[in-house]
Formats: sequence, C-alpha cells, structure tokens
Amino acid sequence: MVEGRIVKVSGPLVIAEGMRQANMFDVVRVGEKKLIGEIIEMHGDRASVQVYEETAGIGRGDAVISTGAPLSVELGPGMIQNIYDGIQRPLGTLFEKYGANLLRGVDEPALSRETLWHFDATAAVGDEVTGGDVLGTVRETELVLHKIMVPPRGKGRIKSIASGDYRVDETVAVIEDESGREREITLCQKWPVRIARPYAEKLPPAEPMITGQRVIDALFPIAKGGTACVPGPFGSGKTVVQHQLAKFSDVDIVIYIGCGERGNEMTDVLREFPELKDPRSGESLMKRTVLIANTSDMPVAAREASIYTGITIAEYFRDMGYSVAVIADSTSRWAEALREMSGRLEEMPGEEGYPAYLTSRLAQFYERSGKVVCLGRDRRGGTLSAIGAVSPQGGDISEPVTQATLRIVKVFWGLEAGLAYRRHFPAINWLNSYSLYKDRLAPWFAENVSRDWMKNVGRMMTILQTESELDEIVKLVGVDALSASDRLTLEVARSVREDFLQQNAFEDGDSYTSLQKQFALMSLVLSFYDKAKEAIDKGADVEKVAVLPVREKIGRAKSVPEEAYRDAYAAIDGEIDTELAALTEGDR
Amino acid sequence: MVREFKTIEEVAGPLMLVKQVDGVKYDELGEIELPDGSVRRCRVLEIDGSNVLVQLFENSAGMNLAESKVRFVGHGVELAVSRDMLGRVFSGMGEPIDGGPRLIPEKTLDINGTPINPAARNYPSEFIQTGISTIDGLNTLVRGQKLPIFSGSGLPHANLAAQIARQAKVRGTDSQFAVVFAAVGITFEEADFFISDFRRTGAIDRTVLFVNLASDAAIERISAPRMALTAAEYLAFDCGMHVLVIMTDITNYAEALREVSAARKEVPGRRGYPGYLYTDLATMYERAGRKVGCEGSITMIPILSMPEDDKTHPIPDLTGYITEGQIILSREIYRKGYLPPVDVLPSLSRLKDKGIGEGKTREDHAGTMNQLFSSYARGKEAKELMVVLGEAALTPIDRLYAKFADEFEKRYVNQGFSEDRSIEETLDLGWQLLSILPKSEMKRIKPEILERYWPKKEDKTGDGAVGA
Repeated sequence: MVEGRIVKVSGPLVIAEGMRQANMFDVVRVGEKKLIGEIIEMHGDRASVQVYEETAGIGRGDAVISTGAPLSVELGPGMIQNIYDGIQRPLGTLFEKYGANLLRGVDEPALSRETLWHFDATAAVGDEVTGGDVLGTVRETELVLHKIMVPPRGKGRIKSIASGDYRVDETVAVIEDESGREREITLCQKWPVRIARPYAEKLPPAEPMITGQRVIDALFPIAKGGTACVPGPFGSGKTVVQHQLAKFSDVDIVIYIGCGERGNEMTDVLREFPELKDPRSGESLMKRTVLIANTSDMPVAAREASIYTGITIAEYFRDMGYSVAVIADSTSRWAEALREMSGRLEEMPGEEGYPAYLTSRLAQFYERSGKVVCLGRDRRGGTLSAIGAVSPQGGDISEPVTQATLRIVKVFWGLEAGLAYRRHFPAINWLNSYSLYKDRLAPWFAENVSRDWMKNVGRMMTILQTESELDEIVKLVGVDALSASDRLTLEVARSVREDFLQQNAFEDGDSYTSLQKQFALMSLVLSFYDKAKEAIDKGADVEKVAVLPVREKIGRAKSVPEEAYRDAYAAIDGEIDTELAALTEGDR
Repeated sequence: MVREFKTIEEVAGPLMLVKQVDGVKYDELGEIELPDGSVRRCRVLEIDGSNVLVQLFENSAGMNLAESKVRFVGHGVELAVSRDMLGRVFSGMGEPIDGGPRLIPEKTLDINGTPINPAARNYPSEFIQTGISTIDGLNTLVRGQKLPIFSGSGLPHANLAAQIARQAKVRGTDSQFAVVFAAVGITFEEADFFISDFRRTGAIDRTVLFVNLASDAAIERISAPRMALTAAEYLAFDCGMHVLVIMTDITNYAEALREVSAARKEVPGRRGYPGYLYTDLATMYERAGRKVGCEGSITMIPILSMPEDDKTHPIPDLTGYITEGQIILSREIYRKGYLPPVDVLPSLSRLKDKGIGEGKTREDHAGTMNQLFSSYARGKEAKELMVVLGEAALTPIDRLYAKFADEFEKRYVNQGFSEDRSIEETLDLGWQLLSILPKSEMKRIKPEILERYWPKKEDKTGDGAVGA
C-alpha cells in the first residue's frame, strides 16, 4: 500500500508527494477523515488527486493512502430501487445511519451485506463456462430477474454450484480453469467505471424505443441502443421530458442519473416512481429503476464520476440481455465538473474554458451505448440507449457542450423557450429537431403499427413546414391575403400542434399514448384535413369550417383513455362528415 | 491549537500570501492582527507547500506586511446561532450591528453547511398564498421552494419581495413565516426600505437581518448570504420554524466572487465569471427545502438584477438552472403602470403542479392556469400582428384574444403592492377573464370543470360573437 503526504490543496484538487508506486486512476483515501479521491495525474512522485468530498480541514502533511484499485462499482442484486451518489454510496442507507445531511468520509457498501437473496442455479456441476455465461438467477424485483454471470474474463468448468439463499458476498459457485485454479463466484462482482464492459459484437439498432410521447415516437423516434440529446434553456421542460422517458420507455431497466441538478428533482423521482405503475406490466416503476444522484450542491468531483458509475451499471444489465436506458440530466453539469478540475490542474483551456478533451470524453460516454450481442454462449442480445440532457448557457446551442454532443448523438430533441412560454409541452421544436433513426425504423413501424404510419408522419411534417412558410406571409400581409386552402392548412397545422404534439405529462389520460392510439389520433387530424379540403373545394366557407363544434372534440381526443379511443374516434370522424355535409348543403 | 505567523509576503486586492506556514487546513478561518490592534478576518483558499493563499473578508487598508500577524483558529468561518437572533441586525460577517447585546449562542455552525442527502428531502408541496394573482394563480409558490425574482435596475423588485414577506401564509394554519433577510451589497436606501417595512408591519420581531451595504467591503458579500442561510437552517431544522429567506442582490454576490477569481488569475468561464459559478450558487440555493422528519422548512426568494435586462447573462441563466422556477419582472408592463410588473409568460414555478388542485387550492386551478397561459400567449401574438397590419387583419377570434390579453394585464397582473387576494378571488378573476373568449376555445380545461365554473351570464359573448 502506497502512502504519500499532501503538499498542496486547492478546492477538490489535492497534490501528494511520495506516490511514485501508485497507479494512475487508483482510488486513494485522503487525510484523517479518509475522504475518497482518485489519482488523475502523476508527475514524478507527485500525484494529483481529485477528491470526491469537500476538502475543508485538509492540510499539508496529511496522509494520502492508495487502495491500489481503480474507481469501481459493485454489481449485483440490490441495485434496483436504490439511490446512489456519484461514487455509488447508497444514499438511503447513509440517511438512516448518519442523518439528513451528507457527512464526509463515510463509507458504506453499495450492496447491503445483510439481505439474503434466493439464487436459482441454472448451470450444473461439470458445465464448461466462459465469461458472460449465466450461472443462475436471482429474482430481484417483480420486474427484474437478475442473472448471475461468469465475470467477463472468467473461463473453466463448474466445480460446485448450489441453489439457495445467499448474501451478496457469499460464494454460490466455484469454477476451475484449465490449470486447476479455482475461482469463487459470488452474487456480486466489481468493475472499474472508466472501462467499458466487453461484449461479443455490436449491431446497428433496428427497433424503436417506444416512449409514449407523441412528438418523440411519431416525429423523432429513438432506437433501442441509440443515443439522443435534449438541449434547452432553463424552464423549457428538459427535466419533465427526461422524467417521462424514465417512466414510460419500453425498456427493462432505467438508470436515471441526476448529475449536478436540483435535489428536489431527485426526491420527486424517488417519491413518485414507487407509486407510478408501468403501463405494460402494472408493476411499480421503481422496480426497474436505479437512481444516481449527485446534486449540484454535492461535491463536484463525484459529479464527474456519476456519469461513469451510471453507465457501468447500465452495461451490466445490458450484459444480462436486457434493454436498458440511461438518462443523464444534465451532461452540461458533468462538463462543468471537467472544466473545474481542468482549471485546477492548470491545463490549457479550449473553448469557453472547457478542456480540449471535452469532445472525446463525451464521445466515449455515448459510444458505450448500442445494440450488442452479449458475452456468453447463448449469444443473447442487449441494448443500451443513452439520453443526455444538455443545459446550454442562455439556451444558445452554439456553445461547446451542445455542439460536441450533436456531433455524436443521432437524435436531437431541441427544446425551445418560446414554446414553453406558450405552455406548449413537450416544447420540442418540430422544425429543427431530427432523428437519424427514422428511415431505419420505418419497416418496424410499417410492420407493427400500420403501413401508413410513415406516410401520416410525413404529411404532418409537411403541414407544419407549410405553416412556418405561410406564417411569414401572414406576418407581412395578413391572413386575408391567403387562399382558402392555405387558411385551412394553417388551421390544421394548429390542430397538429395543439391536438397531437402537445401532451400533458400531468394528466393521466394524456401522459402516455400507445403507438396504436398515436396512429389513430394522427389519422383523425388528417381525416379532418382531407374532408375539410373537399368541402372547401365544394364551396364551404373556411371561416365556418374553422369553428365547427367537432374541432373541439378533436382537441379533446388525446385524453380519451386507451381502452375507449377506437369507438370515440370513429364517432368523431362521423361527426366531421355530418357537420361538413351540413355546411356544404347550407351554402347551396 | 492557535498558530500565529508574521510572514505575510504579499497583499493584492482581496488576496494575501503567507509564507512558511505549517499546520494550516484548507478553508480554515484566519485572523489578521494589525499593528494598531484591530483584527480582520480571512480564510484559506489554497495551500501549496508552506505557502498559504488566503482571501480577506475586509479591505486591506492599513495592513503592514512587516508588523501584521496572522492567526489560524483551527476551524472554518462559523456563525453563533440562537433563537434570540430574531429581531436582530447583523453585519455580513455575523456581528451584531444594531447596538444590542451580544448573543449567547446555543451553538456555532460552519457557514458552508453540508449538502442535504437527496434521499432525506421531502418534496415541497404545501401551497403558500402570497396574495399576488400572478404568483398564486400562475406561478404558485410552495413551502421549501427556491423561487428567484429576476429584475432589472429601476424595477420595483423590493416592493414585490416585501409584499411577499408581508402576505405569505400557508392556508389553514396561522403560523407565520420567520424571515431571514440578507442584504448583499445593496444601498442604504434599499436596505432601509425593507427594514422600515418590516418595522411598520411588525414583522421585524420574527426577522433576522444580515446587512452588507454597498459601502461595506465587497468581499464580505461572499459570506453574507451564507451567514443568512446558516441562521435560516438553524431556525428551520433545529427550531422547527418555517423560514422565508430573501436575499438581494445576488448579482453583487457573483461580482464579488468574480473579483476573487480574477485576483487568483483563474481561467474564466463566460463574461469573466469563474467556471465554478454554477456550483457555487448551487451550494447556496440548494440549502432551501424540507427534510424528512423535520417540521421546519426554508423557502428562498433570491433577488437578482439582470444586467441590461438580459436573461441569458450568466447570473440569471445559471440561477434559473438551479432554482425551481423564476418570477421575471418586465419593464414593458411597468411602463404601462401595472404593478407588480410580472412578466407572466417567461415566469415559471416548477413545483406548482404538486402544490395546487383539490385539497390544496381548488380543483379548477391546473386547467385555468394552463388556459390563461396559452390564451394570453395567443393574445399577445395577435396584438403583435395587429401592430403591423391593423386590427382589420385579424380574424374575429384573434380580435377576442387581443382583447383578452389587454384585460388580463389590466385586471389580473395589475393589483398594486397592497392588495392581498385570496386564491379563490384569483381563480374567479381568471374565469371572468376567460369568459371573454368563446367556451369552445377552453381546450385546456376538462369539460366537467368547465361546466361547473364557466360564468353563466357571459354565454352570449361566447360562441355567438364568433359566428357573427
């Protein structure tokens, strides 16, 4: 064990002498309080350490002791439903043991050593196994069957294995390799957070991650295994979008990382998710969720680590063959943590003071997502989707973090303050957002929802595009100068915006929409368009078409519950016919 | 252990370098004794070998490198707290300045506090009635929230803050808020406005004031808000009170921070502010809230003036990313003479959804709120169009929206600084204004709510007007 002495303290950065024998990225304990830190630079026998806790009270000559191991997470049953800080300390346990405020130097294992888990062996003595093979399962929650796998580099023949109740650190199986060395397998394994967990093969994503959010699923879908970013100024609803995704995405596991954001938002997730029901399984949403909370007032260095902690846990569940979504709010705060440490290390800054390696670090993070064939003989598939919020200063997306992110991710949901002011939520701008998965996912939608899905989506986009062009004209010469059919387009565009795109996250009937209902709703809006157009061609007055009572019904159609929408929409469609017919007849 | 050093090597702006120092800890408080016996305070910013860089809390005038002594006291900057703080006035460094006796402290607390474990927070959800329609109705404040006021120079943010402090109450209880007020680099007149307003209304007895005036040392501004928050935490979490913290003006705080950062020659972020401004502000703002198992709460209303009314300036921008919404004041509304001049559309309360509705305010609150927002937004758009093209260019429905926007500003936004409206009055006023528009436009309101609350007499201005 290497022990050095502190020579310099500057905020979260500590420099220690006598550390020649330590390794880069080793975890160290600093000072009397044994604060947790990580070596991030070595110069001769001087090591620069970023400390994950507040360094007040640390002085020259205090000890820095290396643990000889890199920053790692514990992976095993007990992570689901838990809330961790940026370096995987269990916040719930800390609260019970140490009170409501976070004390320094406290150390608690991430996984409870007391809980007994029931292990069902699925492999047998004598089986030849390699890294990733499943030895058995633990029913962690109603929604998650935790697979106990041979660690990635393990290989050999099972010498002993037995079902039964175990604690996470007890041996459930022993594997003997060719040279006769035995390896004990426990329910938990460790993995260094800065190294991506291996997989057999990466594949292009081909299936959408269904979110139940109309503007996302219909206009800018994300694939399972894909990447997306949500940039927006404050107050534009980033967090609500992220929460909705965490609630309703059709994935097996959600890892929600609150990185340098508000404490109350994490509390909200923590208190609300257990009460919410998963629309597919009917179980509590918390039973598939892991929370990582390093809020803005918690130490900045641990914020830097929180992103890696989160994605490593996500990779572990992906390796079991699950679809996992990592939702990080917000990557800008993570970048700021990088910037702060970089400044303290007196590195030459890049743009706006951010370090020159910002882009490559971001790319490394997002590249850990993807659709893969997992290690293990059954070649099971797993996906890891990564969604990051970005908080550009002043909402100006030309700033470095947003630009670096946009170069990597495939989906861009641009939030706009103007829409938020009008309480158009989700405030995703339909003109500048994009999804590069659209074409790849088209066959899936055609097969699983409707062949007309892409056609309808395309028509809605055209209507919205036309609206923005017509708006320019209206601003110059007024609405009277438009032809009747253009005025109808404007009316329908409003309907697309208000009746389809707008979605109220706080209203039960509207918060989640299945793909079938989404399709029916867009068909309804477009049906009005087609029929009204026909009526206008026959001479109906566009003013009167615009104020037909049925339009209010179309406006309320989105809150019709899932089980009743088919009949309700058919009835509304019928009313469109009768009311339009009455208009054309009345005019004659 | 007290260690004294006479090795001051350098004083430059707010920073001082002391050499050949041993045994000093990061963030430790130091006292500098001048040759004339006066004492000034400082704290450790960086330890590099035997050199220690400290930040002064007062100005350096009269300091003599050869004769001055520095003592490090073995702990960080602390505040002595007690229930008797209520009704008293303190300096930005926590010294009583009202001529009263010194406090007998119940305990001393480090002014930096410790972060609240997110797992130990209680989600704020109790509606606070401020009596101001634009806040209660549209940007509802709840107990434990941090809701800043974004203002500009010359706008009456002080009046608004004083009105909130005076009128704020939680319905169904008669417990009043204790107020902790931090004046950060404001003028005497502004501070005096608050103090005399608290005196006039009797609120002074449940108020603790920390005053750093424009004429006081700029560096003291870094400690003043933290002193105030430490006092607030004591009152809220130790004494179980509901505390309202008003801090004005955060812009002065950030400037003091910039001064120190510039003196240290740190790589600046935007506009010369240090890269850690966000984190630094967060360690203050996040001290608001409620804790599981604690009766008390801290509700925070920081006030900041936006340079050039620019919301994208780093101070309002970073504040908005941390706080749970913002109340923005508008020069345009102020010019129209409407008070308080709240700019409704960009204002926001993120915690409103959990604090309103049946059992908290009234069942129609959420729907009318959304409807008022979107109708006002559409009305404003219509009015803009009207300016360019004239009223004739509007459709009949847009003309109604324009009328709605005017009436909304005149009656809903405008209420003056002394009117205290109950939430029912605010909600009813909302319905009256909405009834300018046809009932069929009320898409944001649930049909059953609409049926129950839609004003009966206004039916003729509804659908009929459009068809005509």
